[in-house]
Formats: sequence, structure tokens, C-alpha cells
Amino acid sequence: MFLLLIAGSLSALTLFLMASDRIENPASFRPNSDQHADVVRAALKVDAAFEGQWSESELSSAERSLNLTIARRLSLGLAGTIPSVEEIRRFEEQGTDEQIHWWVSRLVEDQRTSNHLAERFARALVGVEDGPFLIYRRRRFVSWFSDQIAANLPYDVLVRNILTDEGLWTDTPSVNFYTRTILEDGEKSRPDPILLAGRTSRAFLGMRIDCLQCHDDFLGTINLGSAEDLAGGTQRDFHSLAAFFVEMENSLLGIRDQTSQGPYQYQLLDDDKTEVIEPEVPFNRNLAGDEHNLRMRLANWVTHPENRPFARAAVNRVWAIMAGRGLLQPVDDIPLEGPFPLAMEVLVDDFIEHGFDLHRLIRVIALSEAYQLESVADFEVTSLHESNWSVFPALRLRPGQVAGAIAQSTKLATIDSTSHIITQLTKFGQQNDFVQRFGDPGEDEFKDRGETVTQRLLMLNGSMIDERLKNLLHTPVFVARLSPDVERAIETIYLATLTRRPSAQEKRRFVSQISSFSGDERVEAVLDLYWALINSAEFRWNH
Amino acid sequence: MKNEFAYSCGSQSHLDRRTLLKMAGLSGLSWLTPLATGLARADEADQRSTAKSLIVLWLEGAPSQLETFDPHPGSEIAAGSKARQTNISGIKLGDGLEQVSEVMDSISLVRAVTSKEGDHERAVYNIKTGYRPDPTLIHPAIGSVICHELPDEHGKIVDIPRHISILPNNMAGRGGYLGDQFDAFKVFDPLQPIPDVRARVQDQRQSTRIENLKFADEQFLRRRRSNRKISDSLKHSNLGAALSMMSSEQLEAFDVSNVSRAERLQFGDTPFGRGCLAAIRLVEKGVRCVEVTLGGWDTHVNNHELQAGRINILDPALAALIRELKNRDMLDSTMVVCGGEFGRTPWVNPVGGRDHWPHGFSIAMAGGGVKGGRVVGETSPDPKRDSKKPLENLADPHGVEDIHATIFSAMGIDFEKELDTPIGRPMKVCQGEAIRELLD
Repeated sequence: MFLLLIAGSLSALTLFLMASDRIENPASFRPNSDQHADVVRAALKVDAAFEGQWSESELSSAERSLNLTIARRLSLGLAGTIPSVEEIRRFEEQGTDEQIHWWVSRLVEDQRTSNHLAERFARALVGVEDGPFLIYRRRRFVSWFSDQIAANLPYDVLVRNILTDEGLWTDTPSVNFYTRTILEDGEKSRPDPILLAGRTSRAFLGMRIDCLQCHDDFLGTINLGSAEDLAGGTQRDFHSLAAFFVEMENSLLGIRDQTSQGPYQYQLLDDDKTEVIEPEVPFNRNLAGDEHNLRMRLANWVTHPENRPFARAAVNRVWAIMAGRGLLQPVDDIPLEGPFPLAMEVLVDDFIEHGFDLHRLIRVIALSEAYQLESVADFEVTSLHESNWSVFPALRLRPGQVAGAIAQSTKLATIDSTSHIITQLTKFGQQNDFVQRFGDPGEDEFKDRGETVTQRLLMLNGSMIDERLKNLLHTPVFVARLSPDVERAIETIYLATLTRRPSAQEKRRFVSQISSFSGDERVEAVLDLYWALINSAEFRWNH
Repeated sequence: MKNEFAYSCGSQSHLDRRTLLKMAGLSGLSWLTPLATGLARADEADQRSTAKSLIVLWLEGAPSQLETFDPHPGSEIAAGSKARQTNISGIKLGDGLEQVSEVMDSISLVRAVTSKEGDHERAVYNIKTGYRPDPTLIHPAIGSVICHELPDEHGKIVDIPRHISILPNNMAGRGGYLGDQFDAFKVFDPLQPIPDVRARVQDQRQSTRIENLKFADEQFLRRRRSNRKISDSLKHSNLGAALSMMSSEQLEAFDVSNVSRAERLQFGDTPFGRGCLAAIRLVEKGVRCVEVTLGGWDTHVNNHELQAGRINILDPALAALIRELKNRDMLDSTMVVCGGEFGRTPWVNPVGGRDHWPHGFSIAMAGGGVKGGRVVGETSPDPKRDSKKPLENLADPHGVEDIHATIFSAMGIDFEKELDTPIGRPMKVCQGEAIRELLD
């Protein structure tokens, strides 16, 4: 323990004085490459689309944010936490014009990002609750998904794999998409076609057609058919989609198709008897092939490059993960016929043209003007500005982001897959307890919610913040004891918590406050500042 | 850009009672219009309602109706379980509910409750919200709706949360589409400290911390005055509420360690019993809904013995809860509801267990306007086991939603009113109908 303390002290001291050389330049950081120039061009197209939209709606737009603000936003969106002081130092060594490109490249290659994105996607695909005992392994699914994102498997291939894979939930983790919905049906065990129809539509096509399970659409809100030739959604549409999953069964060999299952049957609302319902896709029927295997036919149709709802759903979800809310809200309720923001369509075109490349999509979004705007402006900011992205919408952090930010803010070095296992495990354990008490929003996580008293009390008095502030191995005590001077300590705390330096007024206040103490009392005063900044709205909001 | 009303069904505006009255007055013909019905319903509920608070004894895992509130002694389905006579002639309870039998005159039973959910997770959702799970919407739990609909604290200033879950497992009541601020505040065994209500540092440091926090928020707000959403949110932040709660004397209601041991023991010397005692004390302070959880009822194996163990905990706690509410003259204003997410099969499996059975189970209700000593609904002592129509085994069945409607009705909440949801889809407070036989 003593040795650890010494080692920690030295590394902390190093970080005060110079940038860490622990962080290498990301391999994909190639400022002069054609590839980067192409991403920049794509981002400019998105900018033009947004600017057209703002001018049409006569909306003023905010100024561009400072690079560090954008870095914090990107870090929260992609890695689910805030930048470490160590990262900030390296970030600031880059040329101003290269900083964001450098930072996105680092994040895209970071395992924290693939893990964080996989968890967000998994919520849409399998939810957060425990599923059937033994045959459903959520963590396997998430970790498999993370590997696919890290390897940048094209998103259409990834989804085709999920929809068509066969095998055991342990060695083919993608099939947990199916085992999550297993129904014990007498002696047979099979995935539930109805749950799967709803999931497929919401998660992959960004359309909520669940109402059609029980009745035809009578509110005029679910249109199917095709964007050019709309038809009101019917109960039959829903069950025709469900019928694609009728051949599946689960056994000791895992998920597989069994054509002997018999056809899909259902009694529709106004009918007096059960009937056979043939598999049929709910819209863009001209894109459906005639593959014999039903799931293959469905997967090819879902991921067809001309089936724009598929790309649109992915673009909207990635935007929501990165920015806190989708271009359209709710994130999985995008009408077939639009209207769509022009910028969304530009992103969708680019996503399809470039082979459903998720890493590229992330880069284009990150470099777009709208993503980089300030969340404040010198004009009255209304919800219209925020929903049109002419001002970046300030939103409360999701619970996992709050916990991730608390953990990172109390360490100068980056907590990532290269950190000591104890550091990672401590963070993991504290983060889980924190999120459980804070309240996990589950699948519906891109909705702005009110703050509960429980959450506020947890921030004010909870054990995670207290333990991380007091722990001798964590940064706050180092900063308090080892900073060359009070000003340096305050600057480090601001960087560690709020990813910015203190203003002159802030510095004055806290230099005077902390300097009035000495010895252990001074350490306490430093910790008290740390505590206040972690509890502040600026820390708890994405802005 | 899709506007937020795109999902509205275009139905008539959702009227609250005040609007209803105003419009009715203006119309002059209210008795001829559908408004009259709404008006009458709201008035009727107001006049009859006496309940101000709700205590839910939540038996998670699903108790067996045959060993608790709906015994069929001597029948094959009893599988040897006995019953005992209560203080109301003609009503028997499971043999283990000795003390509850003595207060049966204050309790009524709904014995043929049904639901369509036989999976724990879905059924818990169903019974806590009155709705079946819906992938596009999270419905609020009943305590959240009550807090939403009855914002006043009947003349009391309540510094502590008004929706509380004692000993929650993973599924404490949630605010759902009403917002997380209506989530239940979760606490554990009332002998343990309440989580996170004590400052981590001494007073002087704490006040410095709070001053620094307020300063930091002012800095953040100063740049954001042009953004009303954020400035409102910061101005109305619940920091004040949290700090009031931390220093509130009402916190002592959670802590039963200062109650005499004799009084505590009446409830049984268990966390659940202490939870019931704390529930009374919290309701006294003006809390609207307290849920106290007793788990461990999922007896797929060795049903009789395992149920008996749970019943030993439930019996003194429920009986003492009723007695104590009566002693404190709170029973008329406090409704007590006791039950689980479904019942258990009217047969015993090869390993001595009873499995899930949503086709006729029991909920006990007392106080808050519920007349005691009544039984609504009946289950067959000889159910057809292979029946595809399980309701044939029941007389006067009621869905889970009717239990909700009964509670709302007793509390004067217009449960047919529609609430707005974030997806623009109007949603009734409750789909059920009040069980008038319990209230009239």
C-alpha cells in the first residue's frame, strides 16, 4: 500500500508538471490524409443542411464552443465519461485545428467507447432487465457487440448477423437477441415472434408499430406502405412481420430454424377465427427478396441500402448517444414518411454510401458545426433552437455518465482498459452501486427527466463521492497535498471536474478560501471545493 | 421536423375537474351532456372518499391464496392446508394468519383477482401500475399517480418524500411517464440509517460546501440566463428540498429504534414488521403512499413450509398495522392493501411446490373507506385443471385494474381522467372499475 502511495504520488506530481507520455497518438489520426479530407467534406454538407434549416426557420445560431467543451461533450457521448487531466494535457499539445480530430480518433479507438456504445445499442435490442435464466446472457451479448464496434464491422453486416445467426447463447452471443424473448410453449421453447416484431421495428427501423399488435392504426400515426404510397398500418402488417420468426426454436443446440414448425397463425381483432398469416414486410415491399430462409429474407430487406428507415434509425441513435437526444425524438419513433431534417438525410446518404461505416458516422457527426455549437447564446434560447440544433441542447447526464464522470474526475490518469485492475474494479463496483441508487432509466434513456430527491441526496451525501474524495490513492488528496501552489491545485480541480480552467473570479474566491487554511485543514478545504464542483449543475449537465 | 402533437389522437382535450366544472357552469345544460357524467363522478368520488394515504404490503414472489386469504380446507386443492375461523362468521383464513383473523372485521378480501401476466417481472409491473407492460411507455406506479393527483399534503408541510418504498427489491414504484420525480424514495430496515440523508462533514465544512456549490451554480447560471429551461431548472432545483429533508425532524418517522420494544414486537421482530410500523409513522407525517415489501413467496418447491415461514412474518405485522391505525384513529384515512403479483396453482407439483397462477388470487384491503368483514368473489374448491377458460372457475372475478380503481375511488381521484404522456398518447389514470361492494 505504501509503495502504491509513493508511486501514485510521483505519477500525480508528474502530471502537474508535464504532459503524460502514456498516451500515444491514435493510429487513425492522419490530419493530411484523403480519408480525413473526405470526412471534413461530409461534415460541411451536414453544416450546409443545418444552416439551410436555420435560415428557413429564421433561427439564430450559437457560437462554436471552445475545443475543451467539445472534447468533454465527445467524451461523455462516446466513452461515457469525462476527459482525464492526463488526456487534457495531451489534447492541448495538439495544434488547435487538429485537436478535435485527434480527440475523436483517440475515442473511436478506445475500448471505453465501444463498450459504451454497445451498452446503448443493447438497451434498444435486448433491454436492461434480466431475461430467461441460463439461456440469456446479456453481458456476453454486450461484450460481443462491443467487439464488433471496435472492429468497425459494417453496421448492416452486424445487424444481418444478429437477425440470422444460429447457435448457443454462449458461443454465438448474438443469438441472445432471440433468447431474451424465449417463450416456454408446452414442451417447445421458442423465441416470441410478437416481441421480436416489435423489437426489430423499433431497434433496427426506428419505428414503433407495437400498437398494431392488437388493432389497426386508428389515430393516423403509423403509416406503412412506402414513403410515396402510404397506407395506414394494420394489425395484419404487424403479424406479417412477426411471421418471419415463426420457424425458430431453441434447444440444447441453441437457436435454429426448423421449417417443420408450421405457419404463423393469429386471430385478428375483428375475425372470429384464427388464420394463417404469411410473412410479409410492412413497407418498401419491392425491396424484399425471395430467399427461402425467412430470417435471411427479413435481414436482407431490413439492411437493404434502399431501405432508408434502417440507416435513418442508426443515424438518429448514434446522434442521440453522442448528443443526449436524437435529431428526431423519441429516438425510435421516426415516421416512414417524414418530414426529416435535411441534415439527417445528408448523414443517412453518407452512411449508406460509405458501407454503413459507424466510425465514419461518428467522425462526421463530431466534426459537424451543429455538434460543436455552444449551449448558450446571447439571444433567448427556446426549445425550437434546441430541437433544430442551432444551439446545442443542454441536458442532464445519464446516470452512467454521472458515475463515470465522478470516477474519472477523481483520478488524474485516465481510467481505461490499461488501468490497474484494482482501479478498474473499484470504479466498476462503485459505478454499479451508484447507478442502482440513482435509478437506471432503462431503455428509455434519451428523454430528459426531472431530478429526484434520491439523486440529489446521493450526490450530496452518497458513499461514492465521499470515498473517492477521501481515498488516499485517489487524486483529490494528491492534489491537496502535492500541488506546487494553491492556484495550481484549483486549476487542476477545475480541469479534472469541469474540463476547463477557473475564471478569474473563481480563482480569486478559492485561492483566498483555501489559503486561509494550513495543514490538514487546507487539505479539507481542497476536498470541499472538489465536492462542490462535482455537485454543481455544470458537472451534472452535458452542455 | 415532427411536431410534438403528431401523436395526439385528436380526442377532446383532457379536462381536469376544475375545467369540467367551469365548462359545465357555462354550458347551463350540463345534465344533458357527457360532462354531467364526469362532473357527477368527480363529485361522487369526493363525497365518499375518506382515504388520504395508502399503505401497500407488497408480497413479492406471489403468496399462495390457499394458505393465506382463500383457504379451501378439506378439499383436494388445499393439499392438507388448514384454515381458521375469523372474528367474522363465515370467513376463514389460512391457519397461519392467527392474529389477522382477530381483525377480520376491519379487512375485506377480493378473492377472485385475475391478470393476464404469469411471469414475475411482467406481473409485478401489471399489479404496481394497473397496466400490462407496454414497450413504448412506462406507466406510473399507483403511489406515483396518487402523489401526482393529490399534491396537497392535507395541511401538513412534508419535508420528506411523499412516496416511499421500504425494503424494496428491484422494482420499487416508479414515476414512469409522470417523471422520475414521482419515483418512490427507497429505504431499508427502519433500524438502519436512511441512506444519504446525513452530511459527510461537520456543520461548518458542510456550510462552506453548500456555499461553494451555490456559487458554482450561479456561475453556470449566469451564462445561461437566456436559456429558460436551464435557468428554471436551476432555480427550482431540489437542492432546497434535499437540504430541508436532511435537517427535517420528520426523518425520525423512518427510525423505529426509539419506539418501545414492546410496541415494536407487536409487529414481529422482523424488518418487514418494523417497516409496517415505520409506514404508520410516515403516514402520520403526511406521506401519501408507503410500500413495504416482503419477498420470498415464490414457492415452486416445498410450498407449505416456505409459505408458513412467510406467513409467520406477515401475520403479526398486518394485524398490528390494522390495530395501530385504529388506535391512532387513522384507519379511516389510511387504506391498507396487501397482496402479491399473482397467486399459486390450486394443485401441488411433484416437488411439493405450487407454481404461478394468475387466474384467481386474493388481495386483502382495509381502511380508507373499505368496509371490513366482506368478501368479494369466489374461487372454485374444485377447479377444472385443464380448462382453457380459467375464469370459469371463478365467481365475480376482478382484474388487477379494478383494485387500482377501488383505491383511486376511495382517495377521491378521478381515475377515468386521461393524463398526457410524453409520446402524446393520452392515457387513462386507470382502466378498471371500482369494486363498490367494498366501499358502499
